[in-house]
Order: sequence, then C-alpha cells, then structure tokens
Amino acid sequence: MDQLVSWQAVFEQARRDFPSIVPEVMLAVFGLAILFTDGSLNARQKSWNALTAIFGVAFSATALWLMSGVQASTFDNSILVDPFFIFFGLVFLVLTAVVILLSVRTSETEGERQGLQFALMLFAATGMLFAACGNDLVLLFVALEIMATSFYVLSGFLRDDRRSNEGPLKFAVTGIFSSAILAYGFSILYGLAGSTNLAVIAQKIAERHSQWPADSLAYVAFATIAAGILFKIAAAPFHQWVPDALEGAPAGCAAFASIGSAAAGFAVLLRLLLGVFWPLAAAWVWAIAAVAVLSLTIGTFAAITQSNIKRLLAYSSIAQIGYVLLGLVATVNKDGTVSTRGLRAAGYYLLTYSVFATGAFGIVELLRRKGMAADELDDLHGLVRRSPVAAILMLVFLLSLAGVPLTAGFVAKLMVISALVETQHSPLAIVAVLYMLPAVYFYFRMIAAMWAREPGDAMNPAIAWTQELALGAMAATTLAAGIFPEQFVRFAQSSVLRPFLH
Amino acid sequence: MISIDHYLLLSLALLVIGVAGALARRNLIVTLMSVELILNAVNINLVAFSREWGNVNGQVFAVFLIGCEAAEAVVSVGIVLAVFRGRKTVLADEMDLLKW
Amino acid sequence: MLLNSIFFYFFSAIAVVSAVLTVTRRSPFHSAVFLVVALIATGGIFLQLQADFLFAMQLLVSAAGVVVLFVFAATPTNQKSPRRALRFSRYRIVAIVFAIVFAGEVMIAIFAGSKSLYLPAAANLPARNTAALGDVLFAQYLLPLEMASLLLVVALIGGIAALNRRVA
Repeated sequence: MDQLVSWQAVFEQARRDFPSIVPEVMLAVFGLAILFTDGSLNARQKSWNALTAIFGVAFSATALWLMSGVQASTFDNSILVDPFFIFFGLVFLVLTAVVILLSVRTSETEGERQGLQFALMLFAATGMLFAACGNDLVLLFVALEIMATSFYVLSGFLRDDRRSNEGPLKFAVTGIFSSAILAYGFSILYGLAGSTNLAVIAQKIAERHSQWPADSLAYVAFATIAAGILFKIAAAPFHQWVPDALEGAPAGCAAFASIGSAAAGFAVLLRLLLGVFWPLAAAWVWAIAAVAVLSLTIGTFAAITQSNIKRLLAYSSIAQIGYVLLGLVATVNKDGTVSTRGLRAAGYYLLTYSVFATGAFGIVELLRRKGMAADELDDLHGLVRRSPVAAILMLVFLLSLAGVPLTAGFVAKLMVISALVETQHSPLAIVAVLYMLPAVYFYFRMIAAMWAREPGDAMNPAIAWTQELALGAMAATTLAAGIFPEQFVRFAQSSVLRPFLH
Repeated sequence: MISIDHYLLLSLALLVIGVAGALARRNLIVTLMSVELILNAVNINLVAFSREWGNVNGQVFAVFLIGCEAAEAVVSVGIVLAVFRGRKTVLADEMDLLKW
Repeated sequence: MLLNSIFFYFFSAIAVVSAVLTVTRRSPFHSAVFLVVALIATGGIFLQLQADFLFAMQLLVSAAGVVVLFVFAATPTNQKSPRRALRFSRYRIVAIVFAIVFAGEVMIAIFAGSKSLYLPAAANLPARNTAALGDVLFAQYLLPLEMASLLLVVALIGGIAALNRRVA
C-alpha cells in the first residue's frame, strides 16, 4: 500500500499551526510543571503551587489576548480561532484564576494533595479551551472528556471526607453515562456526513434538510447530543448530579465543576446548534425553551425548600442556567433568522454569572473550619457581626443572583428578557419575569440570616489575602457590570458567532 | 453485502440494553459495564459508517473512544473503590448520606 | 457473500444475547464474563467489516484491560443482597419505559430514514486499512491524539488520588 501522507508536510503544518494552540499548551505545560515540582516542595511551600498555576493562567490569557481579532482555522480545520473562542476562553481563564485563588487556603487547612488539585484545575481549563475552539467531533469529544474527568477527580478525592465520596461517585457515573450518549449522537453525525469536521457536517445536514425536511436521523443525532451536553450544562432533566457533587466537594472545586462545566458545555452547544443543527432551528428552539422553563421551575422551587447553603446555591444555579438557555432561545427570530441580541444576552449572562455565582460559593468556603463544612443556613447567622467584609461581599453576590438593579444580574436578566420580547417569545419573557419573584424569597432568606439573626457561638471566619483579592475583584466586577454595562456588553458582543450568521 | 440498516439496528439494540442496564441496575459496577455496552454500540455505528463512506475517519474516532473509555474506567473504578472503603456498599440505593 | 451474512448474524446474535445477560445477571462476575463475550462478538463484527486494527484494539483494551479493571473492582465490593433476587434500583420502571420508547423512536427513525440515508454505496475502503488508519490518525488527528495523552495523565492522577487516601 502506498504512503498516503508525507510526514514532512505533517510536521510542517504542525509547526505552522502551533501558535493557534499556545493558550492551551501553556495551561497543560504549567499543569505538568506543578506535578513535577510538587514532590520537592515541603509542607510550608505547597502554596507555591498556586503561584505556578496563576502564572500558567496569566501566560495563557496573554497568549489568548494577543490572538484577539484573528480569524483562523488550523490543524486540518479542527481548530477555529475566532472572537467567539477568545470570549469564551477569557471567561474560562478568569474563572480558573478565581477558583485557584479561592482554593489556596482550603488546601492549606486540608493538608495534602494541593499540587494535584491545582494541576487538575489547569488540565480542566485546557479541556475547556479546546472545547471552545474545537471544530471537529473527535477533538470536541476528547476535550470534553479531559474536562469532565478532571472534574470527577477534583470534586472528590482531595478530601478525606465521607460525604465528599458519594457526590463525586454519582457525578462520575452519570457523567460517564452522558458522555456515552453524546458519543452515540456524534457517531450518527459522522454517519450523516462521512466526516468529523463540523463545517462539512453542517453543509451536509443543510443539504439533506433541503431534500428531506423530515430528516429523522438528524433529529436522533440532535436529541442524543443535546441530552449529553445539557447534562454538562446541568439543565433541568439532567441536573441531579449538581447538588450532590457540590455538597460533597470543597466549594472552590464545586464552583469550578458546576460553573466551568456549564460554561464549556454552553460554548459547545452554541457551536453545534447555531452551526450544525441550524437547519433544524424550528425544532430545537422548542426543545431548548422547554428545558429552560423546566430548569427555572425545578431550580427555583427546589431551592426554596433547602436548608443547606451549598444545595440552595446549586439549585439556584440550575435556575440561572434556565435564563442562559432562554437567551439561546432568543437567538432565533420568528422568521428563522439569527438574532444577535439573544446571543449577546446569553454571552453577557454567562460572563457575569460565572463571576457572581463563583463569588457566592467562595463565601461559603470561607465559613468552613478545619474538618467541618459549615454550610447550613444556620452558619450564616449574624455573619455581619462576625465578619462585616464577608457579609457585604455575600450581599453583593446574592443581590446579583436575585437580579436587583445596579448589579450585573439585573442587567443580564433584562437583556435576556428584552431579547425574548424582541424575537416574539413573549410568553417565555413573562415566565422569566415571574420566576424572579420566588427567587427573591430564598436569596433574601440568606441575607436575613446574615443581618437579622444573632451570631450564636459560631467562629469568626478567617479570610486569606488571596481570597480577599479574588472575592473583592469579583464583587467589584459584579457592581461595575451592573452600573456601567456598556464595556461588558461590547465584550459579550464578541461571543456572537460570525461564520454562522445566516 | 450487509446493508447499513442491519448495523444500525444491532447498535441500537446494544444501546438500549446498555441504557436500560445503566438506569435499572443498582450495582454501580454493573452500571459501568452497561456504559461499556453503549460505547460498544457507538463503535459499531462508527465502523459501519466508515465502511459505508469508504474512509477510515470513523475507525479513527472509534480508536479514540476506546482510549477514552479506558481512561474513564480507571477513574470511575477508582471512585467506586474509594467509596466502598468508606461505606462498604456499591449499591446505588444504599447511598443515603446525600439525597439521591 | 453468504459467508459474510452468516458471520454477521452469528456475531450479532452472540453480542445481543450476552449483552442482555450482562445487565441481568445477579453476580457482577457473571456480568463481567458476559461483557467479555459481548465485546469479543463485537470484535467479530469489526472483523467482518474489515476493521482489523479495531478488532485487535477491542480484544486488547476493552475485553482484556477494561473488563479486568471491573473484575478488580467487583472482587472486594461483591456482596450478597438479602432483599431481592435481582438487584434492580427503584428506577427500573422508568428505565424500561424509557428504553422501549427510545428504541421505538430510533427504530422508526432508521426505517423511515433508510430511504433517506443517502449514503454512497461505494465501500471502496481498502481491505487491509490499518496502514491508512495510521496515516490518518497521525496526520489529520495529530492534535486530538496529543490531547488524549493529557486525558490519560488526568486518569492516572485520578486513579492514584482515589486509592492513595486515608479512609474516612
């Protein structure tokens, strides 16, 4: 059999295309560096690992920033560098940096394994970045696997706590199951197009759709892929893992696993729905709307009944994801064209949500004492007298989650709702407004616990300077994005997928 | 030549058996085996489509899937064993520390 | 041609029957044995489809490696369940209904869609395509291949971290 490939050309191409994956390579290299240096650090030097990790994220973010404005497709069209990738990549990296800063003290109090923890965070970020720029089924699948596997490990093993075992077990088993379903959908997509490249598949699906409008295999592919990805996003019928995984895990890792997985899953969902499955838009818009309303309902009503702060925040984050998905619904106009306002709203929502939701989880982590997770609602009692800084920061995050004016959450909800109205999904807009009311109840229950209750015998939380830095920056961002939204909206504008504007 | 429908139906049968097993069985090890069956179904799909299109990309995808499934198996079996050491059960119903 | 059909029906019958047995046996060891049989039968289907390399990989990685891992996990965790003969969870009704509905839908999709499958009946894949597979794997899929190595590192860390811990 004759040689199909000239290896000279392969290496030449890899060398030429390498600059387009520098941000991911940076993260992976620094993660490996942490693994190598961790062994030679003694117990007091372990926090240097966090410094290495932060440097990795900073280098990666710089490389990503230098690519802004570039529009390129490399590695046999399996990587797409575009403003969409830059936007999501920066969101992921900000999230990673914040989570690293939040986790520094946790790992000091917990003793071992912080090296592994920071390395895994960087590996998860590598997977997320690849997921945002992947334009090939194989690459996307491997990227999502890297991310998910890191999260299984992160959410579980790093603490010798009984409860920390079981949550990750459910997370991992359901996660592996959903990946398998996703793989089934990918295999059908390959079968329809004979190629794993998303651009080729999109073209083939459009061709098939124009010939047979009832293209049943494409619908099977859509259903299985959507189920697999909605699991990663933690939308309603696929949300059961979130509260358990979050309750068992350290709050920093928990925030990373739920919010990071949601953001990366959303990036992949956007690329697939607006690219490959665009001909089926009339059908998927209803499926996504149903999932969004279900998420809002289940998230809101389950959150009302919770007495554990982490579970409450977990259910409320399911409801928040409902709003992001409503933003996705608002990308489809009634006449079947793309509305950039809906995309921009979803991008802005995801950007700000990943900041203030991580902030709220970070405050819960502050309450933790050695060997005991203080995450019941009672543990918030009188927080304002025990630690005014923590209470005020928490107030900002909770107000933003509830969508009170002058916070980022308000602007985000407003953008989603106005985009819904503009694309003539008024009933959904009404639903979105109505669900803000019960949400106010449970967020204000937490605020009331912090301000109106007596402290009892709870300890004063100690805040490390890294945590102060991270939480302060997040609160400032939340307020800034609420009071001066223009800059942030302009940034979110770049989340609009240009090649798929039909 | 066996037509592509036959392979799709075979793969569908394995998929459904795997999904039913994964959802219905209480023993988590058997759940993981069921997931293995699902991935097997996916591989049949990929290889059959690969022959149909006359390119090897589907087979390459299947190679990646087998690699991913090995990595997943390592992590999940690790978690199951870690939980077993703490709780002495692998039955999903008896995991009651957290609400299911 | 006839031989080809016989191979297909033989292997798929074995695969389906042992898959059913995998999910219904009470003992996880019996399940593991039937899983191996199902995997090998699938390998036979790969062989019948002229995917030699995948056949080898199926035997070496899936049937030999992964299943042995499951048996390892089943050994210390195996226990008799006093309550019911078959250990089904309380989701079994949901699972069965789901399975039937899903199977029906996809079957309709395949049969309704088989006219519209619209695939080339070319099958011009070379009979021994392992070399072609290698070429594509290391050229077009070079980047995912490197990423898969990162995935294996993550899994390695996970395996070490999971088992090298103080018991709660």
